[in-house]
Amino acid sequence: MPAIILLNSLSKHFKVPVRESGLKASFGSLFKRQFRTVKAVDEITFQIDQGEVVGFLGPNGAGKTTTLKMLSGLLYPTNGKATVLGYEPSRRQPHFLKQITLVMGNRQQLVWDLPALDSFDLMRAIYSIPTHEFIRTRDEFIDLLELKDLVNKPVRNLSLGERMKMEFAGALLHRPKVLFLDEPTLGLDVTMQRRIRAFVSEYNQRYGATVLLTSHYMADVEALCKRVIVIHRGKLLFDGELSCLVEQFSAFKTVGVTLQTAATDLRKYGQVINQDGTRFTLQVPKADTAQVTARLLADLPVDDLNVEDPPIEDVIEQVFADGKPAEVPA
Amino acid sequence: MKHMIDYYLTTIKIAIQTQFQYRVLEYFYMIGMIAEPVIYLVVWSTIAQAQGGSVGGYTSGAFAAYYLVWTLVRNMNIVFTPYGWENRIRSGWFSMDLLRPIHPLNNDVAYFAGMKVVVIILWIPLGLFLSIFFKPELHPAWYQVIGFFFAIWEAYLIRTMLLSLLGMITFFTTRVGAIFELFFAFELVFSGRLVPMSLMPPVVQQVAIYLPFQWTFFFPIESLVAPMTIQHMLGGLGMQLLWIALGWVAVKIMWRFSVRQFSAVGG
Repeated sequence: MPAIILLNSLSKHFKVPVRESGLKASFGSLFKRQFRTVKAVDEITFQIDQGEVVGFLGPNGAGKTTTLKMLSGLLYPTNGKATVLGYEPSRRQPHFLKQITLVMGNRQQLVWDLPALDSFDLMRAIYSIPTHEFIRTRDEFIDLLELKDLVNKPVRNLSLGERMKMEFAGALLHRPKVLFLDEPTLGLDVTMQRRIRAFVSEYNQRYGATVLLTSHYMADVEALCKRVIVIHRGKLLFDGELSCLVEQFSAFKTVGVTLQTAATDLRKYGQVINQDGTRFTLQVPKADTAQVTARLLADLPVDDLNVEDPPIEDVIEQVFADGKPAEVPA
Repeated sequence: MKHMIDYYLTTIKIAIQTQFQYRVLEYFYMIGMIAEPVIYLVVWSTIAQAQGGSVGGYTSGAFAAYYLVWTLVRNMNIVFTPYGWENRIRSGWFSMDLLRPIHPLNNDVAYFAGMKVVVIILWIPLGLFLSIFFKPELHPAWYQVIGFFFAIWEAYLIRTMLLSLLGMITFFTTRVGAIFELFFAFELVFSGRLVPMSLMPPVVQQVAIYLPFQWTFFFPIESLVAPMTIQHMLGGLGMQLLWIALGWVAVKIMWRFSVRQFSAVGG
């Protein structure tokens, strides 16, 4: 499949003023201003093929949103090159802008005081969508997102979740080929998050769109993305399948074991991270997993035993904390 | 072209609908705005009466006509202010405008043009009330009425260009209120907003010739209230077009340099 998004050593540096607190520093800054350079994105290289849905992960301030802004043409890169659909985003050519969308969970483009239908009509005019195509897409999205009873209500009277669904419908009316989604489920309840995820998945399958998604909700990533890219302090840490991320960054496995008696000391088999009656959860170094499970089965009256990878949230947390694959304790 | 007409009409429609949502607020805003010309009018009418009936050829009735038309021109002159630019850039809302395949300035021009439709509708009863109260001397020729229509829209476009240029300074520094205030001070002196330009000292009138301000206030007002030949009218409209063109070129150049500075703050 052809590469739709290409980044080659892409960097964005910001020059930010630095000043200590206090009157003296304030007075001093009148004569001599000090600056420091923040490398928000530092020589990032990756590519995304057509139809891929990629999770773009990183802690706050990692450079995710800055990268999305460069890819959508909002920011000029300091160094390096980015192309999206063959266009250089920072040139913001109308043909390019007509084929992408950026949905930000904390921003809205619908007219606050009017029903969403009026905003949809404005989108039709902005993107010069032929009327018959506009009506078909609009009605399709209204069905998919169950918006029928909401589209005639002024946007200001909608709940956060309802408004976000409307934002999605409005942002995709022109059927963009590339979707940049920045925290699209921010602040939504679980049901609404699920609805948005289903919609993105449906859109991706129906139109073969390429999606780059940032989210702090791992459920979004697990449900939508096979591949993830992890960025930390502006640097690329990982680019690969989600399952490989766990493999690469997690040094442990989680062993769940149910015994016939609760009064058993399992500390010699691994770190006991939970006990619920006769059910124990152990954290075991990955390399020792086979040996530990064999010993457990041989030594103890085991009713049930299972081995799992740790929750993805825990792995990601570790990645962000360390910024490198975890080391197995000696 | 067809696409842009469609976009403008749709945006104008949206603006009208939105303004009607806040019609009472709009009306109070307009009434508040009338205080300024009414003060000028009362002061100058008093001076005119004290000097035997007129000042610089302006009678009380002529002043009444000037400041009555002033109220409409002022409302037509309301454009997206530099404070608006500052707010949308600082808050990050400008990002959404930049993502659209249409230059953001088109949205400003179209949206505020839509607001004008509401403004004119709301102004009519207010204008009638002021006419009954202040008895303006207003006897325009037929071509002046037509010329006035074009003059107020051209004034709107000139002021849009000027304030957009100022607004774009916000790309470089997010707090430029002081520069805006300086601009407004210049505008007050050189536009005819404070007093008809013909009553200003000669040196001010000389300087004003080379500035765009009088084409946003004085000329549109005079095009309706003062005796004016067709040639003079067409010449004035042409000068307005020239300032629009110059403004547009300046905006395009400024845009190229300034948008690169956009740091998409606040999201």
